[in-house]
Amino acid sequence: MAERYIVVGGGLAGLMTVIKLAEAGKHVDVFSIVPVKRSHSVCAQGGINGAVNTKGEGDHPDIHTRDTLRSGDFLLEQPPVKGMCYAAPQIIYLLDRMGVPFNRTSEGLLDFRRFGGTLHHRTAFSGASTGQQLLYALDEQVRRYESEGLVRKFEYWEYLSFVKDAEGACRGIVALDLRTMQIEAFPADAVCLATGGPGIVYGRSTNSTINTGTAASRAYIDGAIYTNAEFIQVHPTAIPGEDKHRLMSESARGEGGRIWVPKNKDDKRDPRTIPENERWFFLEEKYPKYRNLVPRDVASREIVYVVRNLGRGVEGQEAVYLDVTHIPAATLDRKLGGIMEIYEKFVGVDPRHTPMKIFPAVHYSMGGLWVDYEADARNDMVPGSPRQQATNIPGLYAAGEVDYGYHGANRLGANSLLSCIYAGMIAGPAMISYAKNVAPKKGDVPKTLLGQGKTYWSDRFDKIYKMDGTENPFVIGREMGELMQKISTVVKFNKDLDEGVGKIREMKERWKRSNVLDTGRTLNQSASYVNQLWNMLELAELILVCGRLRDESRGSHYKPDFALPEPKTKDPTQDPQWMEAWRVRNEKWLKLTMARFSADGPKVTFEPLKSLANPILKPEPRWYA
Amino acid sequence: MADQIVMRIERRDGPDAPARWEEFKVPSHPNANVISVLMEIQRNPVTSDGKRTTPPAWDAACLEEVCGSCTMVINGRVRQACSALINRLEQPITLTPMKKFPLIRDLAVDRGKMFEALKRVRGWIPIDGTYDLGPGPRQAPEDQEINYVLSTCMTCGCCLEVCPQVGKDTAFIGAAAISQVRLFNNHPTGKMHADERLRGLMETGGVNDCGKAANCAEACPKGIPLTSSIAEMARATTRQAFKDWFLRDERAAGAGPA
Ligand SMILES: Cc1cc2nc3c(=O)[nH]c(=O)nc-3n(C[C@H](O)[C@H](O)[C@H](O)COP(=O)(O)OP(=O)(O)OC[C@H]3O[C@@H](n4cnc5c(N)ncnc54)[C@H](O)[C@@H]3O)c2cc1C
Repeated sequence: MAERYIVVGGGLAGLMTVIKLAEAGKHVDVFSIVPVKRSHSVCAQGGINGAVNTKGEGDHPDIHTRDTLRSGDFLLEQPPVKGMCYAAPQIIYLLDRMGVPFNRTSEGLLDFRRFGGTLHHRTAFSGASTGQQLLYALDEQVRRYESEGLVRKFEYWEYLSFVKDAEGACRGIVALDLRTMQIEAFPADAVCLATGGPGIVYGRSTNSTINTGTAASRAYIDGAIYTNAEFIQVHPTAIPGEDKHRLMSESARGEGGRIWVPKNKDDKRDPRTIPENERWFFLEEKYPKYRNLVPRDVASREIVYVVRNLGRGVEGQEAVYLDVTHIPAATLDRKLGGIMEIYEKFVGVDPRHTPMKIFPAVHYSMGGLWVDYEADARNDMVPGSPRQQATNIPGLYAAGEVDYGYHGANRLGANSLLSCIYAGMIAGPAMISYAKNVAPKKGDVPKTLLGQGKTYWSDRFDKIYKMDGTENPFVIGREMGELMQKISTVVKFNKDLDEGVGKIREMKERWKRSNVLDTGRTLNQSASYVNQLWNMLELAELILVCGRLRDESRGSHYKPDFALPEPKTKDPTQDPQWMEAWRVRNEKWLKLTMARFSADGPKVTFEPLKSLANPILKPEPRWYA
Repeated sequence: MADQIVMRIERRDGPDAPARWEEFKVPSHPNANVISVLMEIQRNPVTSDGKRTTPPAWDAACLEEVCGSCTMVINGRVRQACSALINRLEQPITLTPMKKFPLIRDLAVDRGKMFEALKRVRGWIPIDGTYDLGPGPRQAPEDQEINYVLSTCMTCGCCLEVCPQVGKDTAFIGAAAISQVRLFNNHPTGKMHADERLRGLMETGGVNDCGKAANCAEACPKGIPLTSSIAEMARATTRQAFKDWFLRDERAAGAGPA
């Protein structure tokens, strides 16, 4: 019998995995809570990186690799990053061939813009809605396979868990049909989770409302290792909102946008009337080389410092100016139209003529399910190895924001769309190798196994429908988000984290007294939310516990009580004392945070990076000043 | 700012369930939009007359008007709930589901037929494979700019909802899919297969069913020039009909354009 494949998630990572499987003639079932074309990947604005080097800057995949490793402060395995950066130009060409309307130069070539954490024009873009255009391109290719009968879509279906056999291998999934509330088990030889990030654990973030991280959390509860949970990227520039924080892409600064506050703290003038020499461009001043395009963790920290510690927020608010008014309106429309419209629509002010007011917001999770890789002695990824993107659960793969693999302690802007697609490209063939070589020895998936999975979840939902306590789950969810925002974003303190873990555990107790609010069996969003909320609480606890245990500052994880001092010399390598402190810190902490679930809380260990035995790039101080 | 937001929602527990109206009063909050009000109702699902009810069901995802999920009819106008700011809406605000699609529950409808339409018009570039085949075709920036706008269609359904030719039981494919044909047929590689897409628009329910009411372009939240897409595709299908007729022998012999 032909092998069976399941991909959960239809964002960029999921769809690329599907394409790779279908292209090899395999039948694939893809599950998604929303029609795949509405997946969160549509939100991506700024672009996708690839060292195509069309601007005479001598850019190269090796430089892209270095920028990525440095931006992530080396907290990741190196060969997958090299693989990704070398594949990037080809991925961009592929997307172009699929019809993505990338912006063009006058010669009709792809245009590239600048993004944070690099000095090169490396980011291909399609206006300021690149993610939407990329997702549509992959969606169209998948629709083509669907019409050929190779792909079956299960949209409005929610993944609940994987089906595990006696040896601990993944043999399929259990899922919930959100329209009818029916629960079904589906057998598979290999499953890939491509379920995206967990922004909603923070309540309001730049993420879509469906980004609950619940699938990943449940996989962790079921035995998958979760890595680097504490590394959550806070994006420097977003519009604070009541329902969500809307991103103003880094591309605004890539195209020349500048961050500033008035030099005079009490300056109440209309920002347009404040002369240039009375504006404080604090990023440009402190980082003359990268200016407004320092990596995101650095920019967010500086903004929070200026606003909270110095009390310099503009117009007495938690905000600084992001100013693009010096760029011609026609250029803004052509290159940043999408975000100009977002600001106009949601704030009611035209950013082409008035500086935007922005503040950092939770954006992306560098951490996620642990995945393996296989590289040769030259650190090149081995094509088709079943270990690429494999979790510790045999037969279970992970790709996209849900995996931890490509961004370390801080993600470089425009590297996520790339990592999602690259991970999908290698996950597909890896699943085929596994399904062909390993899975057959196991024989057909036993019916009893599927039955058990279905029964477990039917029982659990029956219990949920009977929950008639006093707590509104959506209220608990909001409190969880507010707590997480407060204690686990740009600046963290152990005392807060300790207390926070306690508070999350209290919320878990309150969850048990939840009211399901709705006992219907048609699109019962409350029942599904009750289940998701539990998973989110587990993930929140995990993020806090890992953050508590990592007593250092690295990338997005910043604890002032455990930060290295600023070096005495401009180039830190010239300050031997500092270099020694840096070395000691790395010896202790340049390790992956590996978390395994247990009923009494996460079991966390810090484990060395295997690729550091033969690194592509030896860790070096991460310094952007 | 009034200190309360009043919202009336047309509710149905399922496709065949009777409709009822429920009214909610929610405290005003800064930057309120229809979604933030619906979220507030989830946290306290009690109607204005103090009755406990279930939280209304609605679709949402990106909340920045790029995914199309939260489309519904707000004060009589079809649009995305996320970008419907409360301070620009007359109160009480009424929410109803779109009526041109099968209802799932409350404000959630099934827009599956729009995705089916994309299959019918073969809405994709038939690439040879995902292998490393080098760069794509060059394109003039002007062409890219036209295609970019067409490509921002989020399959939200506004254009179908306002179209007099679209009903629950009519065949008309609607403006969105027609405009997608224009997009793919404008692409240098897509052009090579323009014929098949145009034929998809020549069958029943195709471009000729358009009644030229032009409501679609006005309703499109992305400002896609849908009426010019329809006009252009109408001309192209006419040309295609002639071409097919002239080449009928070759096509019958299987040697004609694919
Ligand atoms: C506002 C914004 C702008 C961004 N801009 C950029 C940018 O310019 N460049 C860049 O590189 N990155 C950017 N990013 C990051 C990037 O968009 C995401 O990291 C990336 O799109 C994630 O893709 P994914 O395929 O992993 O997951 P997603 O696109 O989130 O897809 C997840 C899929 O899983 C499904 N799913 C989830 N849970 C379940 C479940 N339980 N059951 C069934 N299905 C499930 C969903 O329905 C969906 O189909 C941006 C992010 C945001 C928020």
